Amino acid sequence: MGTSWSAFAQGEKLMFDLRDLMKPHRIVLMLIFAAIVVWCAYTLRWDWIPTYAPLAIEGLWRTIWILIVTTVLGFFLAIPLGLAQAIGPWYLAAPAKVFCTIIRGTPLLLQIWLLYYGLGSLFPQIPWIRSSELWPYLRQAWPYAVLALTLSYAGYEGEVMRGAFSGVNKGQLEAANAFGMPRLTMFRRIWLPQAIRNVLPTLGGETILQLKATPLVATITVVEIYSVSSRVRADTFIVYEPLLLLAVFYMMIAGVITLLFRRFEQQVPGRATGK
Amino acid sequence: MAELGAEEIDTQNADEEAIRVTDLRKSFGTLEVLKGVSLTAHKGDVVAIIGGSGSGKSTFLRCVNFLETPSAGQIIVGGEEIKMRPDGSPADRRQIERIRTQLGMVFQAFNLWTHRTLLENVIEVPVHVLKVPRAQAIKRAEELLDRVGLGDKADVFPSFLSGGQQQRAAIARALAVDPRVMLFDEPTSALDPELVGEVLTVIRDLAAEGRTMLLVTHEMKFAREVANHVVYLFEGRIEEQGPPAEVFGNPKSARLKQFLKTVG
Repeated sequence: MGTSWSAFAQGEKLMFDLRDLMKPHRIVLMLIFAAIVVWCAYTLRWDWIPTYAPLAIEGLWRTIWILIVTTVLGFFLAIPLGLAQAIGPWYLAAPAKVFCTIIRGTPLLLQIWLLYYGLGSLFPQIPWIRSSELWPYLRQAWPYAVLALTLSYAGYEGEVMRGAFSGVNKGQLEAANAFGMPRLTMFRRIWLPQAIRNVLPTLGGETILQLKATPLVATITVVEIYSVSSRVRADTFIVYEPLLLLAVFYMMIAGVITLLFRRFEQQVPGRATGK
Repeated sequence: MAELGAEEIDTQNADEEAIRVTDLRKSFGTLEVLKGVSLTAHKGDVVAIIGGSGSGKSTFLRCVNFLETPSAGQIIVGGEEIKMRPDGSPADRRQIERIRTQLGMVFQAFNLWTHRTLLENVIEVPVHVLKVPRAQAIKRAEELLDRVGLGDKADVFPSFLSGGQQQRAAIARALAVDPRVMLFDEPTSALDPELVGEVLTVIRDLAAEGRTMLLVTHEMKFAREVANHVVYLFEGRIEEQGPPAEVFGNPKSARLKQFLKTVG
């Protein structure tokens, strides 16, 4: 039922965007931008690209993969963290609160290092871990990177979800209660969808912040796109060009995230102002 | 708006008790809001509950389906007593959930689920609580929306509608569970004056077809017209009750006389 509405809204939106682009000042801006790109292409050094392209693609893929995995896992952790703080008994609310406070109150770089150098150097001393099936993974850096970024996202979003759960209109839940809806059904059908809907714009912004946190895992030897640009600089002494290209990559990913979340937002209409 | 589902109403067993509330008490901290209210509605009864603000009339209605936990008392719905702990909270969550599906509640603030269309609102409880097959629930929901005059709004989200339309949809949602008793909690108090009529028309049709209803209202003329029993609450007690002609036409209690004078 919602689909026809959102398809319509999107069609309208796209046409609106096109007409918008054709305004004179926009055309001038686009020409200036095109000139900068052309100037960069001709005056700066790009001959290193063919050599490093395979590594860059691998790094780009790893950045995207880490971003997706950590935001999805982090979000699923954020739901119970938010719920515990919003309505949980003190013995659930307090640990959730402490977790979110610690995560939000300490630098992510520190968390990554604590996990990798702390936990990561503790594990080899425990014999049963060394002999377990997990050991081949635990000796690598990426599980620690994924864990740290997941916990970080969960910590921030746990706080966001706390507000989201508390912010759902009480009447909505009361209606569900009054019709005998079991608690789990109410959570799944009414409470969670409304909570997520209310914080979608925030989550979009937080996901972009998460993207920009991913270069930190380069410090523990995970080869993602930022570390590839460092490699280029170290190998060739070319400094600016790889960084420029890196900025373009991040902006493109951020753009995709923005578009994705805009789509999500359009698929949950129902606000009179939603048009 | 034709009469609503008259065919489904069993006119036999008209004496059957739909709901019996005995000595219901409710305190908020030290403030006792209900001081022992008893009320029985038989099948087909329309009981109007009137009273000034703070008289406990809304609290009474919300205690009946345990949206508020009563402090003491007994509630029997369709012959089944709701099991209560000594502190008044429901002892058996399954039971209270099952009984709630027999009590169609209509709220002052409508409380339609804003993230779902009208049709989705109406089928929500039948499909996800009562496990009615989806196609069947949709067919029934379309009929109900038609009957409250919203057949063309099935795919619209609540926030795009007027208060009167939302409240009519909320009534359709309550009807969709085919309730034993309908509970109306000041259904027209949040509406602009010109929208009150359309909602009252729907409720009037429901009364005419023999739906059992408890109706908390400020609309005295309407209460007099549709109810067959009127209860006047004052400070948590039943001050006076009886047939509408008696209560409105020949009130005995001085407080009720005063109340009727002030509400006009």
